[in-house]
Amino acid sequence: MHSIWVIFQRELASYFTTPLAYVFIVIFLALAGALTFFVGNFFDRGQADLVPFFNFHPWLYLVLIPALAMRLWAEERKSGTIELFLTLPISISAAVLGKFFAAWAFSAIALALTFPFWITVNILGHPDNGVILASYIGSLLMAGAFLAIGAALSALTKNQVIAFVVTAAACFVLTVSGSSIVLGFLAPWAPTAVIDVVASLSFLTHFNAILRGVIEVPDAVFFVSVIALFLFANAAIVELKKAD
Amino acid sequence: MAEMIEVRNLTRRFGAILAVDRVSFTVGKGEVLGFLGPNGAGKSTTMKMITGFLAPTAGTAVVVGADIVANPIAAKRRIGYLPEGAPAYPDMLPRNFLRFVAEIRGFAGAEAARRIDLAVARTSLSSVMEQPIETLSKGFKRRVGLAQALLHDPDVLILDEPTDGLDPNQKHEVRTLIKALAPEKAIVISTHLLEEVDAVCTRAIVIANGRLLADATPVALAARSRLHNAVRISLASGHDEAEVALRRLPGVAAVERTDDAGDGALLVLPRGGQAIVGEVTDLVRTAGWAVRGLSVERGRLDEVFRTITA
Repeated sequence: MHSIWVIFQRELASYFTTPLAYVFIVIFLALAGALTFFVGNFFDRGQADLVPFFNFHPWLYLVLIPALAMRLWAEERKSGTIELFLTLPISISAAVLGKFFAAWAFSAIALALTFPFWITVNILGHPDNGVILASYIGSLLMAGAFLAIGAALSALTKNQVIAFVVTAAACFVLTVSGSSIVLGFLAPWAPTAVIDVVASLSFLTHFNAILRGVIEVPDAVFFVSVIALFLFANAAIVELKKAD
Repeated sequence: MAEMIEVRNLTRRFGAILAVDRVSFTVGKGEVLGFLGPNGAGKSTTMKMITGFLAPTAGTAVVVGADIVANPIAAKRRIGYLPEGAPAYPDMLPRNFLRFVAEIRGFAGAEAARRIDLAVARTSLSSVMEQPIETLSKGFKRRVGLAQALLHDPDVLILDEPTDGLDPNQKHEVRTLIKALAPEKAIVISTHLLEEVDAVCTRAIVIANGRLLADATPVALAARSRLHNAVRISLASGHDEAEVALRRLPGVAAVERTDDAGDGALLVLPRGGQAIVGEVTDLVRTAGWAVRGLSVERGRLDEVFRTITA
């Protein structure tokens, strides 16, 4: 536990010692705002909720989370610091968890900084703040799932660009797997069971369920399971590839 | 002498390549073991296995009683490791970097500060503590790596090319530090600088193609040289007659001309490594040659190294 905490602190601080943190947060907020107001027609809808804001989160995360995750292991392997890091008296799981929680905490900070949207909508009307809280939690869970996938894939390569592209592609597939495009492609030939499984893997389906205002156990369990699965894979990949 | 490191049949295979092949040795307290070998011989791979970075294909290493395969975290606590190239997080300040390592190793507050101060003093780092590591010179980066390895005052130090890329003054400082630490620790350093073996090591191991080829003191290793006990003699004139006369001495195997110092000196090689300096000086005295220089060769490590690893 102690080493997870020490690693967490170092990793989180490392975002802020480079311009990465500031660039990321500014771009995230600017894009979130632009999409909400211009594409989501926040004002024209005339409703006091944050649906147009949260609707774009999967697509925002698709671009931004891989950028956050790509450095986690690829950079350590490229610069050789992984040899120093993993010969310290820590377990692989502490290393994986410390890094993951730092990245997740950072995305939580970025997400928390969208609070002006929440203030705005409360000034303009009387939104259901329970729904908004649930949506924030759902958004954070989804960010965590994207990050866990990105962290695991980042351990596969020394090249951050490859880590970014592969993570973005993997997250895209998981995001849209419940959409009519994918299901329409499968429907004519795949058995119903397969279609159900593919549809149930969709981030979008689970996220939209949470956006309706209720965090149902299966949706939360889904994201937590994705995180756990990929962190487990992350540890295995690090063990396998660290010395290559 | 207590054994601090015990390497048992350490083997590592990368696909079809056998990088390290059943290497065994022990290092005791007070020893500085020089790890020699050509590039790609398996030095770094062996060190990575002893420090628990790389899992051995077979065999193991026991560090102060802790088996690195069975009990890696306990073993890692006893080791200070400077990996090849002294990697450190480039955007961190040395102060924060050392604090991170200290905290990971379980030191907090005043105790961490005391240990950092001591390591910084030993490696003369205090002037660069507030500069990002990526902006430091190679010498300072290396010393940050050394400071990190010394923080917890480990029983075992594994240093992969600790003086690589340093200037002669910095090399001297690092070697002085290693010698100062030696009595209390077991130290393994890898190097391909043979002068370093002479300067700091109490024992040397030669490894090539993954196999351990020699394990001896530097002096014993140098004695394997055909130049061991050879006499180098330089005269004001008359090298030709002297060469003929020296060849007739019973202990002399051969006489060679050497021009390494530009004086056309004679190198008198002994038969079977025996001491011939007495015979040679007797001859010099009776013949009445005008000697400009006379010295006895201890043997040359580089020559032995080439013979062993070729």
